[in-house]
Amino acid sequence: MENANATPFARALRGIGAGLRSFGAPRIIIIVFLVSLWITSTLLKIPFPAVLSDSLVRLGMNAVLTLAMLPSILSGTSLYFGLPLGIICGLLGGVMSIELDLRGFEAFFGAVAMSLPLAVLVGWGYGWLLNRVKGSEMTVGTYIGFGFVSLMSFGWVTLPFHHPEMAWAIGKGIRVTISLEGRFSGVLNNLWSFDILGVRVPTGALAFSALCCLLVWLFFRSRSGLAMKSAGMSPKFAEASGINVNRMRIRGTILSTVLGAVGILVYSQGFGFLQLYQAPMYMGFIAAASILIGGATLKTGRISHVIIGTFLFHSILVVALPVANTVSQLGSLAEISRSVVSNGIILYALAQKGGAE
Amino acid sequence: MSQTEEFVLRMKGISKEYYGTKVLKGIDLEIRPGEVHGIVGENGAGKSTLMNILFGMTVIHSTGGYQGEIEIAGAKADIKSPFDAMKLGIGMVHQEFMLIPGYTITENIKLNRETTKDNPVSRVFGPKLKTLDMASMGRDARKALDHLEMGIDEWARVAGLPVGHMQFIEIAREIDKSNIKLLVFDEPTAVLAESEADNLLAAVRKLSASGIAILFITHRLHEIMAVCDGITVLRDGSLVAHKRREETTIEELARLMVGRSIGDMIRNPAKSLPDRNALEIRNLRVQMPGEAAKGVDLDVKDGEILGIGGLAGQGKIGIANGILGLYPAEGEVRFHGEPLPLNSTREALKRGLAFLSEDRRGVGLLLDMSVEMNIAATAVEIQGKFLRRFGPFSQIDGKAVRAHALETIKALDIRCTGPLQPVRRLSGGNQQKVCIAKALVLGPRLLFVSEPTRGIDIGAKRLVLETLVDLKERLGMTIVITSSELAELRSVCDRIAIVHDGRIAGILNPDDDDAEFGLMMAGDYGKR
Ligand SMILES: Nc1ncnc2c1ncn2[C@@H]1O[C@H](COP(=O)(O)OP(=O)(O)OP(=O)(O)O)[C@@H](O)[C@H]1O
Ligand SMILES: [Mg+2]
Repeated sequence: MENANATPFARALRGIGAGLRSFGAPRIIIIVFLVSLWITSTLLKIPFPAVLSDSLVRLGMNAVLTLAMLPSILSGTSLYFGLPLGIICGLLGGVMSIELDLRGFEAFFGAVAMSLPLAVLVGWGYGWLLNRVKGSEMTVGTYIGFGFVSLMSFGWVTLPFHHPEMAWAIGKGIRVTISLEGRFSGVLNNLWSFDILGVRVPTGALAFSALCCLLVWLFFRSRSGLAMKSAGMSPKFAEASGINVNRMRIRGTILSTVLGAVGILVYSQGFGFLQLYQAPMYMGFIAAASILIGGATLKTGRISHVIIGTFLFHSILVVALPVANTVSQLGSLAEISRSVVSNGIILYALAQKGGAE
Repeated sequence: MSQTEEFVLRMKGISKEYYGTKVLKGIDLEIRPGEVHGIVGENGAGKSTLMNILFGMTVIHSTGGYQGEIEIAGAKADIKSPFDAMKLGIGMVHQEFMLIPGYTITENIKLNRETTKDNPVSRVFGPKLKTLDMASMGRDARKALDHLEMGIDEWARVAGLPVGHMQFIEIAREIDKSNIKLLVFDEPTAVLAESEADNLLAAVRKLSASGIAILFITHRLHEIMAVCDGITVLRDGSLVAHKRREETTIEELARLMVGRSIGDMIRNPAKSLPDRNALEIRNLRVQMPGEAAKGVDLDVKDGEILGIGGLAGQGKIGIANGILGLYPAEGEVRFHGEPLPLNSTREALKRGLAFLSEDRRGVGLLLDMSVEMNIAATAVEIQGKFLRRFGPFSQIDGKAVRAHALETIKALDIRCTGPLQPVRRLSGGNQQKVCIAKALVLGPRLLFVSEPTRGIDIGAKRLVLETLVDLKERLGMTIVITSSELAELRSVCDRIAIVHDGRIAGILNPDDDDAEFGLMMAGDYGKR
């Protein structure tokens, strides 16, 4: 009907339409939701710069955890629901760094360095297992994640950590939450941070996350990265190109586990505490929801999806809480609304299979 | 009214745009009941797209729909999904298979149209809970398969069957539908050997005699001349001509398709072959379901083009797949005198063998990756080509990849919007050219090609075969072509080995008598 003689205006409209379509409906809905929350919060006199500061802090704290999803997706094992495994490796590193009485950057990077070999080992074992259950990686991953968290609940009690900052006052084992004050709390968040228009920018954390993203990006432009991506996209193609598909899947899982370990340390330095025992249980879902909202699918994803998704997901959480609290004075509402919003987004993201172009 | 009801299908002014490129420009088409109507055109001319529109495929509607009108049996039809199309009595056999591998043949044929029986529960709670009547479903499936003269077990699983069989199952599924008025065949014979294709053409005639109209797409023009009543020629998305079969010739159709005349089939200049063997195969057994090799002995001379022919299911496909390690193989293979370890694709590729698979979308391509990366990926992995190194680290050299892709796109005339287009969006024939490019970049000493011209148009076919002959002539490459098209093998090969029942039945010269080839393929050679 309208074709050759379409006006430039009509054509421009169609172009915008196509652009939006390729950006993906879920993202647009989430963005509209976020903006409307922002507007509501300003109407409720919640200072916007503070909200935005929180969003940036959350972005810096969570980006690496979301990034951990990417190697798994690309190597063909789908969303990395084994994230608690990586997280526990990171936490072990953190605990050891306190046990060794390290402080500041030394403590942070010491924790990273000590968690890496653990993560490689755990990732290798987990990847080996995933190769045995091809096709149901997500379900199996979820259970293994949960199982490992439960197992480590005993671990935290029995492992020989004795530092007084961590130990219970009486009895054996270490505490549920360990303060990082004077250890590596805020080492990245406060590094080179500055204020602009009332917004605090946690430069160090953002830069560290960006560095991790850059490294992963570079990796996927290398020979092994390409091999891993091929194996994930089409195992048949990969085999016909002489690529060992199972090995690539294991490597992808190792990479995800390592990123999970580093990610939780970045998170903890921003949060100011190490959270042990049951805390890592659901973090996999949050990271998964973030990358899906960013536009990834179960089979494809990009760095940009990691960044956009982390920002959108956590920005909504950050602003939804004060808005809900102001609207209703019920004290317990904070926790309820938090779980309603986060689980709602997770469900929504998982239901939206289609990502961006 | 009565005037329009003469037609099962009328398409008027159909246009379609994909991401801003017009791929169909005002196509008209009319078909009467019982008519067999051929559609011909080069790769990317828009044949499959037109059929996808007719069948309401989601690719069409998720990319902005189409313009124009469709009338089915005189009534305007708005076909939004394959389900609508099926309700209107349209069936389609797709160019790329749409079967569920884990299901049996019967289940695939009957999918969504299961025959059910009443049981006590369903009598109370309604028809959704009826028991599947497996026995009667099996009988129906058997009937459809017999119609196609296909002896395969109707309870066999589809996974692992050779592509030739899958094609027949797709057809059986469509034939089995009871309300079918119009059946679309998108290159049904591309995967079949000639004798099987003849079966299919016979089935097409039977169907049309029973009043079903048939739309038939193929690149084999002699098939068009054999079964079609009317023919529509497309070029670059435009309608070039409607013809009746009586008033045209193969040459004219070819000219209309390409817009210029095509020379004769190329010939491989015969040369005396050296006595050196490039490849010696002894007692090769390959476990490829449906195409098993059961003890192949074969020598490939250095610098020759050797053809491997034979009927589908006899094991000709298994040979290359086994040597390249894609299916478990046993036996002894020597490459230029050195023993070649079997079951290792990597080793085979490293030593200078390359393989162009018959399964182009599964094995051959990374559908969601760009044209340029598809071409480069294997070379990056095996030979470390297109890499810049920084100590132990490497980065893909985007510039080199791009430059090579641009060169190849030109050399092989790959029709795409550019090196960054995902190969999923290329037409079937152009995807095949990307596969060829991917094998050539390895610079192999010996190239296995399986069904190299399947689904590609006559112009491109010429180009592909010319390329193969040229590789042999200029680079001295040894080439082993496995093909179901005897005519093609005879035009380019130095020698042709015929496979029967998993073994080499014999080796013939390209200019040997037709009868010899026929006998050998049927396994009756030497029994006279
Ligand atoms: N999903 C898609 N997205 C974008 N473009 C597409 C898509 N499918 C096909 N095209 C383009 O539409 C044009 C027509 O393709 P089509 O598949 O209809 O060709 P064809 O005539 O069937 O060719 P062949 O003989 O190779 O099968 C081609 O240029 C192709 O690149
Ligand atoms: Mg086609």
